[in-house]
This record gives sequence, structure tokens and C-alpha cells, in this order.
Amino acid sequence: MNIKEKIIEKGLLFCALLTILTTLGIIAVLVIQSVSFFKEVSFLDFITDTEWTPLFSNKHYGILPLFAGTFLTTFIAILVAVPIGLIIAIYLSEYAPKKLRNILKPALEVLAAVPTVVYGYFALVYVTPFLQNIFPSLSGFNSLSPGLMMGIMILPLVSSLSEDALYAVPKFLKEGSFALGATKFQTAWKVMVPAAFSGIAVSVILAISRAIGETMIVAIAAGQQPRLTMNPLVPVETATTYIVQVSMGDVPHDSIEYKTIFAVGMSLFVFTLVLNNISFWLKKRYQETYN
Amino acid sequence: MKIEAKNVNFFYGPDQVLRDISMSIKKNTVTALIGPSGCGKSTFLRLFNRMNDLIETAKLEGEILIDGVDIYNKNINVNELRKTIGMVFQKPNPFPKSIFENVAYGMKVNGITDKSIIEESVEESLKQAALWEEVKDKLKKSAFALSGGQQQRLCIARALAVKPSVLLMDEPASALDPISSIKIEELIYQLKASYTIMIVTHNMQQASRTSDKTAFFYMGELVEFDDTRTLFTNPKKERTQNYITGRFG
Ligand SMILES: Nc1ncnc2c1ncn2[C@@H]1O[C@H](COP(=O)(O)OP(=O)(O)OP(=O)(O)O)[C@@H](O)[C@H]1O
Ligand SMILES: [Mg+2]
Repeated sequence: MNIKEKIIEKGLLFCALLTILTTLGIIAVLVIQSVSFFKEVSFLDFITDTEWTPLFSNKHYGILPLFAGTFLTTFIAILVAVPIGLIIAIYLSEYAPKKLRNILKPALEVLAAVPTVVYGYFALVYVTPFLQNIFPSLSGFNSLSPGLMMGIMILPLVSSLSEDALYAVPKFLKEGSFALGATKFQTAWKVMVPAAFSGIAVSVILAISRAIGETMIVAIAAGQQPRLTMNPLVPVETATTYIVQVSMGDVPHDSIEYKTIFAVGMSLFVFTLVLNNISFWLKKRYQETYN
Repeated sequence: MKIEAKNVNFFYGPDQVLRDISMSIKKNTVTALIGPSGCGKSTFLRLFNRMNDLIETAKLEGEILIDGVDIYNKNINVNELRKTIGMVFQKPNPFPKSIFENVAYGMKVNGITDKSIIEESVEESLKQAALWEEVKDKLKKSAFALSGGQQQRLCIARALAVKPSVLLMDEPASALDPISSIKIEELIYQLKASYTIMIVTHNMQQASRTSDKTAFFYMGELVEFDDTRTLFTNPKKERTQNYITGRFG
């Protein structure tokens, strides 16, 4: 009995350590390869050069065009997901009868379970041609339609987590507002949303992280042309798409071209790490407010 | 009569928690509701600002009249009604806003936009709630920065700011230290001049110190309703006698 317990305990510990080690290993590879990349390319060029052409003969290593692509698609996705997600969250927690909520919430979460390749394909084959009716200048590859699809993909992340946050607001706060003659909408908007603010912000940050890291949709529908632009109608390339493009290509493994993907990966990693820390901090503050 | 309950029965789903309760309350008086836990005091109190409407399974029979008007009448606008009936909750529940915005909230949601009117009322309400001196220099600070007792007086100020005629208080001092609790009691005494007050309390001394009339509830029934002094010194029912002398509950 005692030995059995010990084995289980050690086994669990082993699994936990394995996860941590794997993560550390990945970070180590990222760091080592990035360091060797920055021995050949100046960091200043990397963050200020406005062209990204490591695969051409006239090489430029400016990350900005890739970040522009990532930023633009993410921005469009957030523009879709946050307002709609928040409206859905408010509807589900404040207006919908309990039964309806218990059906709608899981139904929405299915959206997040759709394989992203489906969204990408849908963006390329249906959404872009449809949008071309509205914007005739829209290219076959662009950031608008994958951005929109990505917004729908991360919608349940925002709506579900925001709804959780709204639901967790103490009931007596809501009653306090109603007791002063406030309407349902006033209560939801002026008391519940501010009270759940940190939780909602966390959901938005997670959604941003998810959108920044999303690969398939943008790789399929946004194009592979690094371009420093804020125009949603033209082809771009996101950081993630670039990594896919190079890792699936046939560049030699010791070359500087190959190392670029680690430098790009490292930049993405730093970005999401910062976002994660913000959300962690917000969560902590949130818990303090209601204790 | 300012407030009247007539043959009130109340149900949560199949459970009847109030049984045939009738009670009349005069203007500018304080009425204490006492009784053991779960006897229906809060449920009864929450009938007067229709707070129980929020509970899906709730069902009411009988009439609740305020100023002679049946507040459960179909033509009654619930939001308008709640403006005239202030409520203070057991746990201080300030909104996640500044001290000023907390007090201004009720006016703003009721469509008052004139800045000077709002500022004036905020100051007046905070003075009425005996909080002004303590917060006048930090109105922009978060309400969470106040102590529990201050938060509760802020909630009272918030309720007063919409100029109700009735104040419902559900154990307003039970979460507070003795000194804050006494402050709330003094406040109730002063507010009586302008408001009709109903207060739920578990504290016998508090009931006898603050109220003119006391109602004793037991298992959803109104056992005895009388002048506070009479009820505490010379109760007519044995149940009441047992409860106030601490033999049960
Ligand atoms: N939302 C609700 N749904 C179902 N039953 C409820 C609900 N609220 C209260 N009850 C029940 O109704 C009865 C009366 O509750 P109420 O809160 O009015 O009692 P109370 O006298 O205020 O008690 P306490 O002194 O503990 O606050 C209790 O049996 C309680 O369990
Ligand atoms: Mg109660």
C-alpha cells in the first residue's frame, strides 16, 4: 500500500518534471539559435529594417513586415471577437434564461473546436471571393478575410471566459444596482462589466495570444509576402506563416536562413510571454478585489 | 398608512416561506423585523422593492401597498418604484467605482445629467449618512479603499441620493464592528425624521434601541407585531417571549 502510493507520487512528479523539461528544452533551442543568429545580424537591423528578404540574394532582416502582418490579422480578429464576444457574454449572463444559457454556451465553444485548417480554407475559398464583391481591389490573399475568420475562431474564447467573469460577480452587487432603479442594461454595462473587468481583460489577452500564434488560417489565406503595411486588402505574411514556409522549404539546417525562424519564433515567444504575464497579474488583482 | 402588506403568501417554487402576513406601517417610523434564521425576514423585506422579482421561481399572493398603491400592479414601472424605495444590504456592496461615482450612480441611471445638481446631492447624501467629513478630500478614490463601516455608510448615502421615501435595511450592521454598528444605529435614528424605515436585525438590543415597532417572525408567520417597548417588555405570545429571552433561535 505504502509503496504503491510512493510509486504513484513519483510517477506524477516525473510527468510534471517532464513537461517542465520539455518547455525548458524548447526555450534553450530558441535562445541558442537566436544568439547565433544575432552574431551575424545586428539586433538593431532586426528591429528597425523595414524589409524582410532573408531568402533572396539581397538580404534584409527586418522583422517589422512580419509583425505588421501578424498585427494586422490579429487586430482584425480582435475587432470582430471582442465586441461580439462581449455582447454574447452579457446576453448569456444577464439576459438569457438559465436553460438557454446552458445550451448556447457549449454550442458556442464548438466554434473553437473546428480545426483551423477549415477556417483557413473557408477564408480563401468563400470569404475572400465574397468580399471581393464589396471591395473589388481585394487581392486573392489578404489579411481581411483570414482576420475575420480568426475573429470567429477566437470568439468563444472571449465570450466564454467573459461570461465566466460576469457570472462570478457577487449577486449582491447586481442587486445593489437594481435597488437604485437601474435597468438591466444599465446594471450590466455600468456595474457588471466594470466589476468583471479584469476577467474580461484576461479573456481578451488570451484571445490576442491565440490570434498571434495562429498559423493555419493565415498561412492559407493571408499570403506569403512580407510587407510593412496596414492595408487589409493586400497580401501579407505573418510571423507564423514565415516559420511554416521556411521549415517546410529546403534551406540547409546550418544556414542563416534557417536560423531566422528561431529569431522570429523567439520574438513571438517574448510577445506571448509578456501577454501571459499581464493576464496573470490581472487575475491576481481580480482575486484580491473580491476577497 | 405608508406601507401595508395584506394577506401575503410567498413561495419559492413549491416552498411556502411566508404565510398570510398582514402588517401596516406608519410614515416616519422605524420597524424592526426579528426572528430566527430562515424565518422569512429578508424575503418579506425584499417584497417592498420587488427584489424578489429577480428570482425565477418566486410567487406572491396578496397585496403590498405603498402610499395606498399596489406595487405589484401591472401598470407599475419597477425601476421607478425602486427609486422611491431605498435598500441597504447585509454586506456593504459598493460598486467598483470612486466614492463620488457610487453616490452619483442612482441619479445618473435615472437620467439626471446636470453636474451641479449631482454634486450637490452627493454632498448632501454623504452628510446625511455621516460620512462627508471622512471622505470629502478623497471623493475620487475607489470605494474599496474605505473600511467596512464606511462602505456601509456609503451604501446608505447611495440609497439616499435618489431621494426615496422608504429605506429597507437587511441586517445593515451585522458585518460591522461595534463602533461602526453604533454609528449606523445613530444614523437610523436621525433618518427617521425624513424616511420610513424597515430594518431586519438579529440583534435584540439594536431592535429595541432603534425601532418604534417590532415584528417577530417565526417559520414564515408573523407571530407578534407591536410597539417595540411592549413587545420586549410584555410580549403576548410565549414564542416571542422565548425568542427575545434567548431560549431559542
Ligand atoms: N432564492 C431562494 N430560493 C429558494 N429558497 C429560498 C431563497 N431565498 C431564501 N429561501 C428560503 O426561504 C426561507 C426564508 O429565507 P430568508 O432569507 O427570507 O430568511 P431570513 O429570515 O432572512 O434568514 P436570515 O436571518 O438567516 O437572513 C429559508 O428557508 C430559505 O432557505
Ligand atoms: Mg436574511
